[in-house]
Amino acid sequence: MLSDSRVSLQDVSFTYEEAPSPALSEISAAIRPGEFVAVLGHNGSGKSTLAKLVNALYIPSKGNVVVCGYDTRDEKLVWEIRRRAGMIFQNPDNQIVATVVKEDVAFGLENLGVPTEEMIPRIEQALSVVRMTKYMDSAPHTLSGGQKQRVAIAGILAMEPSVIIADEATAMLDPSGRKEVLETVRMLNQTKGITVLWITHFMEEAAQADRVLVITDGKIELEGTPAEVFDHVEKMKEMHLDVPHMTSLADELRKEGMPLPKGILTVEDMAREVEKVLCPSKSAT
Amino acid sequence: MLKNITMGQYYPVDSVVHRLDPRMKLILAILFIVAVFMAHSFVGYLLLLAFLVFACKMSNVPFRLLLKGLRPLRMIIIITFLLNLFFTPGEDLLVSFWIIRIYREGFMQALFYSLRLVFLVAGTSLLTLTTSPIALSDGIETLLSPLRVIHFPAHELAMMMTIALRFIPTLLEETDKIMKAQMARGADFESGNLMVRAKAMVPLLVPLFVSAFRRAGDLAMAMESRCYHGGEGRTRLRVLKTTKNDWLALLILLLLIALIVLEGIFLKGVLF
Repeated sequence: MLSDSRVSLQDVSFTYEEAPSPALSEISAAIRPGEFVAVLGHNGSGKSTLAKLVNALYIPSKGNVVVCGYDTRDEKLVWEIRRRAGMIFQNPDNQIVATVVKEDVAFGLENLGVPTEEMIPRIEQALSVVRMTKYMDSAPHTLSGGQKQRVAIAGILAMEPSVIIADEATAMLDPSGRKEVLETVRMLNQTKGITVLWITHFMEEAAQADRVLVITDGKIELEGTPAEVFDHVEKMKEMHLDVPHMTSLADELRKEGMPLPKGILTVEDMAREVEKVLCPSKSAT
Repeated sequence: MLKNITMGQYYPVDSVVHRLDPRMKLILAILFIVAVFMAHSFVGYLLLLAFLVFACKMSNVPFRLLLKGLRPLRMIIIITFLLNLFFTPGEDLLVSFWIIRIYREGFMQALFYSLRLVFLVAGTSLLTLTTSPIALSDGIETLLSPLRVIHFPAHELAMMMTIALRFIPTLLEETDKIMKAQMARGADFESGNLMVRAKAMVPLLVPLFVSAFRRAGDLAMAMESRCYHGGEGRTRLRVLKTTKNDWLALLILLLLIALIVLEGIFLKGVLF
């Protein structure tokens, strides 16, 4: 079981210094290679703490976090873990170090001691994957939020990671920026098989994941495919989490007697199902 | 309103001087300062002037920009001139009225000392005008790196400079935003005397500082998560390379010093 998972958490608890109660308590989860897992939770639920535990920025108070077979508790392995599990943070401005895009992408490689000749093709490759080649020599403050996040992704990509952790990477972006960042990461997940841990409070983003973990008050409350998780409309509302608009609407319509199936997440799903109910003859053909 | 600031006084054009290795330019600047202190005669100063005009021509930097750097120092230069003029005793009396005595030696010393200041400022300005701040911090890092043996934090210093340069536009943007937010709520940053205006800055500086500290915390975490662990074992994307031109520039400057020294020995007193 252990060797099958890229990231595994075993009874992990974490308490911040001087905090009265733990931010995370006895969490266990396993993420398989190539999986896209969304972690959903409202503010203060402990979802960001989870991200930092996986990147060995925090060490669990109890339990073990194992990333790519390395235990974060072992101080000697910290750099091995961080080069394999890259992290994108919430604020696009506060994670860019250099004054020129290509130099920022180089930052991780410089830290790893990669020879200069080898750096240049890796930077070009990473920037072309996130479609930012054009901005190679730009200053970061001239870019939009979504572009800055893509530069941050390129910075991680150049280090050839097997896991990408996005800690609310879209929270500070406008809708179009949000879309371009999520699409970039999904594309990396699908084409390069990079495992993704996508931390968010946007339901629509979680709906696109392979699996969703819902965290409330430091505990995993729900777990499953997006359709399974969002079917618990009442429970989600209890946790002050919204389900996607369409799932919520389908729930209301079902209560009124409309025979809609469970697992509706998007407008397209809804349109298809409503059409089936309203014009059964048309959808049969 | 705070947009379009230029970083330092870097003048971004392409030239032979711009392309010189920043390490070499720093060394050249130091040698130029040495040369300025070696000059004790008109011929010496003429040689310095000739070098400066030549370097300026090669760098494609307009000469007036070089002189612009002198403006903040004009009071110091004038005071230096006057003090030396009035208070240097000598033998060859030029002017004498009331309690003022001006001697030829005093006049010469006043002239040379103020010229010396002018050359020092103009020469070092040429360095900052032709070298981008980031190249300058690279140059400083490599030049100071031998001092690591006595635990001098050369890499840390350069990293701090890089981060400061990176965040100047970000923080300026933020200042602008906070300023507008405060102005929308009736804050007045423009009227009143100096004290009133300084006090009006407090509601601007407090949120700016708070956010700068938060940014610093975030950035430190982001750097760590990208495997930053100090300068040890680190490679660089930008590698500094010395070319033939660097050595040529060094040769020219050494020649300048040699000429000034020789002139001081052999021609002293022939002209003035």
